[in-house]
Amino acid sequence: MATLLEVRNLQTQFFTQDGVVKAVNGVSYTVNEGETLGIVGESGCGKSVGVMSLIRLIPTPPGKIVNGEVIFDGQDLLKASDDEIRSIRGNKISMIFQDPMTSLNPVLTIGRQIGEALELHLGMDRNQARTRTIELLELVGIPSAADRVDNYPHQFSGGMRQRVMIAMGLSCNPQLLIADEPTTALDVTIQAQIVDLVKRLRDEIGMAIIWITHDLGVVAGLADRMLVMYAGYIVEEAPVKDLYRDPRHPYTLGLLGSLPRLDADRPYKLSSIDGLPPDLIDFPPGCPFYARCNYRIDICRTDNPPLETVGVGHKVACHVDVTTAQPTTEHPVEEAM
Amino acid sequence: MTTNGKNDVLLSIKNLKMYFPITRGIIFQRHVGDIKAVDGLSFDIKRGETLGLVGESGCGKSTTGRAILQLYQPTDGMVVFEGNELTTLKGESLRKMRRHMQMIFQDPYASLNPRMTVGSIIGEPLEVHNILSGKARRERVKELLDIVGLNPYFINRYPHEFSGGQRQRIGVARALAVQPDFIVCDEPISALDVSIQAQVINLLEDLQDKFGLTYLFIAHDLAVVRHISDRIAVMYLGKIMELTDRATLYREPLHPYTRALLSAVPIPDPVLEEEREKHRVILEGDVPSPANPPEGCNFCTRCPAKERVFKEMGIDCDVVEPKFAEARPDHWVACHLYESSRPN
Repeated sequence: MATLLEVRNLQTQFFTQDGVVKAVNGVSYTVNEGETLGIVGESGCGKSVGVMSLIRLIPTPPGKIVNGEVIFDGQDLLKASDDEIRSIRGNKISMIFQDPMTSLNPVLTIGRQIGEALELHLGMDRNQARTRTIELLELVGIPSAADRVDNYPHQFSGGMRQRVMIAMGLSCNPQLLIADEPTTALDVTIQAQIVDLVKRLRDEIGMAIIWITHDLGVVAGLADRMLVMYAGYIVEEAPVKDLYRDPRHPYTLGLLGSLPRLDADRPYKLSSIDGLPPDLIDFPPGCPFYARCNYRIDICRTDNPPLETVGVGHKVACHVDVTTAQPTTEHPVEEAM
Repeated sequence: MTTNGKNDVLLSIKNLKMYFPITRGIIFQRHVGDIKAVDGLSFDIKRGETLGLVGESGCGKSTTGRAILQLYQPTDGMVVFEGNELTTLKGESLRKMRRHMQMIFQDPYASLNPRMTVGSIIGEPLEVHNILSGKARRERVKELLDIVGLNPYFINRYPHEFSGGQRQRIGVARALAVQPDFIVCDEPISALDVSIQAQVINLLEDLQDKFGLTYLFIAHDLAVVRHISDRIAVMYLGKIMELTDRATLYREPLHPYTRALLSAVPIPDPVLEEEREKHRVILEGDVPSPANPPEGCNFCTRCPAKERVFKEMGIDCDVVEPKFAEARPDHWVACHLYESSRPN
C-alpha cells in the first residue's frame, strides 16, 4: 500500500497565562492509501489537536505547531502557503467534527454550505453545484433530498446533520477523511447507521480515513490499524486485531480492562486505572503514565521510553514487557484521589 | 447487589405519565398539545436490586427518574414507595420521604454549586433534614468523603478544584449523606472518561453491597447498564418495550427494538465485530416526536418486524397499540408478536 500521509515528530503547544500546554509531544506515524487508522485516547491526550495540526486548524495564538513535518502529496503541509493549504482543506483532505450542530453554519442552508466547497475547489457554478449537492445528499441517505437541500441545519435531527457533514466532507472526493469523534454525540442506533454509511462510502470511494474516538468499541469494527495516545504521546501502535488481542502498553491494558462488555457475564469487577492524567503544563519527567502504571520500575520515573517495535507493525513505548512482568498492587504515586 | 432472598418490593410504579404541555399564543396561552415524555410506565423495584433503565436520547428515561422522586409532579399514575403514595404527598410529609430517596446527576459540572465548598455541598442534605449539627455533622461529611475515596482534607475546597470523576464522587457522597434506601442514578458516568467510568461504577457497586442500597440506574450505554443491573427495562418514546433480567435480555431479546439496540452496541473486539457485522440490524429513519407519537405501537415507524406481524397475525401495528404484558415468566414485552404466547 502506498503511503498517503507521513507525520514526523509533530509537536503542538498552547501558550497560555498559566504556562505552556504541551498538547502534542513528538508524534510520528503514516497513513496508507485506502486504509482506516483509528486514534484512541481520552480527553486531553492530544488526539484532536494532533489531527487539527495536520491541516493547520490550530488557533494561532495561543496555539503553535512548534515542530514537525506533515508530508502529503510530496509537500510539507506545515510549510505550505495559506493559499496552498486552503486548496487542500475540504478538497484532498477533509474533516468532519463531533458536534454537527455547532460545526454547521446555522444561518446558511445546507445546500449553500455543501455547494461552497464544490464551487471553490471544483470550479462548479451555482446550478452544477446544486445538482451535485442533491446527488451527495441522496448518497448519504437524506430522504427527499431535492426538497431538503434548502433546509437549515436546525431542521434536521442529529443523525441527519451528521450525514450532511459527511456529504460535505466527501463532496470533492478526498483522498483522506479525518473524522474527529463523529458519532460520540449520537445515539447508538444512529451511530450504527452512520458507521454503516461511512464503511459503504469508504469502499466505494477508496479514501483513507483517520477516525478519532475514545470509544474502543466503535473503532474495533472500523479500523485497520490503531494508535493509542496518552498525554500527547503515542504509546502503542498496532494492527487492529493485534491491539485488542495482544495489548502491550499498561495504559492500553488498563483501558481494555476497564470497559464493560455487552457480551460479558457477571460477576466480575472492572479493572480501573487509578489516578488522573498528568498536568500538561507541569509535566513530570520520565514516562507520562508512570504515576498510574501497575508495571512501573525505577527507570520509568526518569526516562520517557521511545516507541519500539515488538511485532509486525506493532510498536509500544514502555520499558517493561507486560507479557512477562508482574503488575504491582501499590496505589499510584500522587495523592491522586 | 444481592437481593438477600427477599422479593420485597421497595418501589412500585403504576401507569406513570409525565406530559409537558405545548402552548401557543402570546397573551392568551392555548394548550395545543403535549410532549408525552413518559406515557404509562408500570414496574416494581425490589429492595436491594439495581434496575437499569436504558434507552436513547429523548425516550423519557431521565424524566422517569425525576417523576419518581417527585422532582416533577406526575401528570398521572402512582408512585408507591414503602407503602406511601408519593404523588399525594405535599410539603412537610413529602420532604420527610425525600430522606429515603436521593439522586446522583449526570453532569458533574452543573450539579455542584460552584459557590459552595465541598463540605457545604455534602452537608446540605443533613442540614435540610436536621440531621446532626456542628462538629458531628462535619465528622459525618469527612466520613462520607472517605467512603467515596476522596481525601477528607478536601472538605474546604471548591468544585472547580476537582476533576470530573472526583466531582461525581462528591455527588455520590451528597446522595449518601442522609442514608437513603433508594438512589436514582441519572446517567452518572456518561460525562466521564472511560478509565474514570470504571472507578465510579466500582464505587457504586461497593456502596450498594456495603449499605444495602437500591438503585434505579438510568443510562444510554447498554454495556454499562448490563454490567451493573440485575434487571433491565428498555424504553422507547416514553414507553417500556421490554423488561427482564440482564442475562435473559442479552440471550433472548424479544422486542425488535431491543434486538436492534443490542446489535448496534459495539463490542471492543475486532474479530467479534467482523462476525456481528453480518447480522447487524440497522434501523431506518429517526425517532418520532414525543409530541406526536404514532397511534399504534410507538416503534411502528422503524420496526423491521411490522410486515411479519401483519402477514402472520393480521394486526396493523400502525393502528393497534400492543399491551405491555408478561410473555414469558418474569419477561415483559410490549409487542404484538408475543401476544399469543402470554401465559394465562
